[in-house]
Amino acid sequence: MIGLLLQAFIYLCAAVIAVPIAKRFGLGSVLGYLIAGIVIGPMTGLVGRETQDIQHFAEFGVVMMLFVVGLELDPKTLWKMRSKLLGLGSFQVFGTAAAVMAIAMVFGLVWSVALAIGLVFSLSSTAIVLQTLNEKGLMKGDGGQNSFSVLLFQDIAVIAMLALVPLLALPELQAAMSHGGDDGHGTYSLTEGMAGWQVTLVTIAAVAAVVVGGHYLSRPLFRFIAATKMREVFTAAALMLVIGIAILMTLVGLSPALGTFLAGVVLANSEFRHELESDIEPFKGLLLGLFFITVGAGINFALLFDEFALILGLTLGLMLLKSLVLLVIAFVFKMRLTDKWLFSLGLAQAGEFGFVLLAFSVQNAVIPADLSQMLLLVVALSMLLTPALFILFDKIVLPIANKNQTREDDEITEQGTIIIAGHGRFGQIVNRVLLSSGYKTVVIDQHADLIEGMRKFGVQVFYGDASRPDLLHAAGLHDAKLLVVAIDDAEQAVELIKHVRMECPNLHIVARAVDRNEVYRLYYAGANDIVRELFDSSVRASRYALEALGMHPHEIEKNMTKFVDHDRTATRAIAAVWKEDVDNFENEELMSLAKSISTQLDDIMKDDGSKLVSKHHRGWTPPNVAAVQAAEQPELKPEAKPTK
Amino acid sequence: MSEPKNASKILILFAHPAQNHAKANMAMMAQAKALENVTFVDLYAEYPRFKINVDAEQQRLLEHDIIIFQFPIYWYSTPAILKEWQDLVFEYGFAFGQDGNKLAGKKFFCAVTAAGDELRYSDSGGNEHGLRDFLLPIEQSIKLCQMDLLPPFVLYGSLAAQQGNEIAEHAMLYGQMLTAMRDNQFDYSDMSSREFINQSALPIKQQVAS
Repeated sequence: MIGLLLQAFIYLCAAVIAVPIAKRFGLGSVLGYLIAGIVIGPMTGLVGRETQDIQHFAEFGVVMMLFVVGLELDPKTLWKMRSKLLGLGSFQVFGTAAAVMAIAMVFGLVWSVALAIGLVFSLSSTAIVLQTLNEKGLMKGDGGQNSFSVLLFQDIAVIAMLALVPLLALPELQAAMSHGGDDGHGTYSLTEGMAGWQVTLVTIAAVAAVVVGGHYLSRPLFRFIAATKMREVFTAAALMLVIGIAILMTLVGLSPALGTFLAGVVLANSEFRHELESDIEPFKGLLLGLFFITVGAGINFALLFDEFALILGLTLGLMLLKSLVLLVIAFVFKMRLTDKWLFSLGLAQAGEFGFVLLAFSVQNAVIPADLSQMLLLVVALSMLLTPALFILFDKIVLPIANKNQTREDDEITEQGTIIIAGHGRFGQIVNRVLLSSGYKTVVIDQHADLIEGMRKFGVQVFYGDASRPDLLHAAGLHDAKLLVVAIDDAEQAVELIKHVRMECPNLHIVARAVDRNEVYRLYYAGANDIVRELFDSSVRASRYALEALGMHPHEIEKNMTKFVDHDRTATRAIAAVWKEDVDNFENEELMSLAKSISTQLDDIMKDDGSKLVSKHHRGWTPPNVAAVQAAEQPELKPEAKPTK
Repeated sequence: MSEPKNASKILILFAHPAQNHAKANMAMMAQAKALENVTFVDLYAEYPRFKINVDAEQQRLLEHDIIIFQFPIYWYSTPAILKEWQDLVFEYGFAFGQDGNKLAGKKFFCAVTAAGDELRYSDSGGNEHGLRDFLLPIEQSIKLCQMDLLPPFVLYGSLAAQQGNEIAEHAMLYGQMLTAMRDNQFDYSDMSSREFINQSALPIKQQVAS
């Protein structure tokens, strides 16, 4: 037990130290994790061979990442990407594989081995590239979308490759293998021993199960769980879903990453999308981090130093070759300058699926073990060098592109969203007004039954506790134009606004306040517009009351305008002197201000039209009143209105 | 760009309640907004609920030398908010009456767009009066406030003008006039003889090369 905890502590500790340092120097978190891995692995020997096992476990982070990516891509968007996906992806995979194969054969390798190496090297690192693109906010641009298309195609291509590799087996290796026997990699498979058509049928059934189940079964299930209002149970359900799909896909021989991606896409239109995303997000992040650490830790330094020149040469050669292929594709597809380089540099590494494919190739007697050791190092080293390419992009390509071009139009990747937190009586009206004025809103509420009802009216509301910042992030807080905080709980509203204000200093926040005291707190927290939920309705009620008493409606209007102006000015003045940690009755500045304000009000409201015109009694005031004590100049007066 | 040190400050009070249809006035607005020392106030934007802040408006008047009402003719008059503005801001004791001389000496004119053409706005035309007849209440109010009244700056046939580039030319002329007035390069001497400012070429003095 203590051993396990100690290991966890070492991994976490390395990450906690290395990642912030790497980020501080602008190197990105991926490089931080990789360095952390090298430090605790080959350099200090704190962790040893178990990193291999941990890596298999950590690869699950990639599965989760694709689930989250799927959540952000609804089927319509995916369909729009189809030409990119097939065009860019097939060019990249076949082009790279063919080029690598040709070069390997020049070096005297058998064609089957060369092809296997080509396939291994054609894959890029989904984990590193997506993580880095997301971190840099490049994911939604053309360069990011193209890169993503290629990565997705690779994930699909892996399935075909895994089917192809066994056919490439070398007879002499196979013979040697059969002596060694099965190395214990017992795999569970549903399709073992089935005929081809049966396998196809089962596979199609599994995919259909994910799509249909995701669409029809997940909602009642999540709604049932949401009704319990137990956050951890919802998290458990989200994890269960992802793991379950991964198992199902593995059983039928499909890539689990692809399966969860598909599930993500199916759930992208669900009201639980943002909740799922924010539940899976931390697990995904930690597992991916762990995965990168194991890549760093798994580097065989002994072999690396023995064959340093060769391995480094191979790695650099591979990355150069991959970038060239990508660059050609970028030219053919007429990408813009910066996108072209992002695409070419970003995908130039080999990836984690390369590890999988290599291990699989060795098991199937396709690639000799000693060669695979070296190839493994090339894959790892290329991943290790990837952050350097992104730095190259940031520091060299971007400045040159910015200088040479008379500024390209900013790419509008997504209409800035409006987030409405809380869809009760208050949020509903705001949402209806914004929607009918043609704006797109993302609405979050945690009343599952209400959400269900709103769906029937065609209003899309996402389930989740809107006071949780991570959920707001999942809803796109960083791209948002406007945040409307309309949740009931005053404490939560204040905390939420404090947090958001710190993260997004320029975001406009409209907040709902229960009472005056909450106005002060929200003002202090940094809300832009604060609306007392009952103020305007009370003012209207007062109008009706005065009308019923026979007062002239326009006189009422003038009076209420004075009242509202005075009240709002006073509230704002008090908000400015309000202190968070001082009781109102102890705050002398506030108390004296409040006292003087309350005495003003009577004077302002009781205007019978006979007093000398004061600051508060103006507007349409006839000169004979305005100038009670002034000398009359009748010939200069415009026609006076009758005095009331 | 060198500006005279004591540039005149211009205040444009703009009233248009349907700005998505306001081609001419939008083009004029773009010209005016680009100029320094020109304050452009969109009254319908500032007071969408007609709650005019009298203090702020009076203060603004005091800070400028040339005051312009820019508006389209609505029912032979101004859009409603501009009348509301006059009712409230030209207060007794400020603009007229006892001690009401705070605006004395400031220059004033209207920059109007009218859908009817010049012929229509004549004694024999469909509107039976010249355009200035309809501006009489404003012009008399301005005189009462002891301001220096200039003839209006007019675009006739503003809807027909949307076809060609007449609007662009009119807006350009507006910008040139504002610039000259701001830089004190505008010759006001023959203004009283003009029916409207842009009746013939604008009397802009030749800039002394500096």
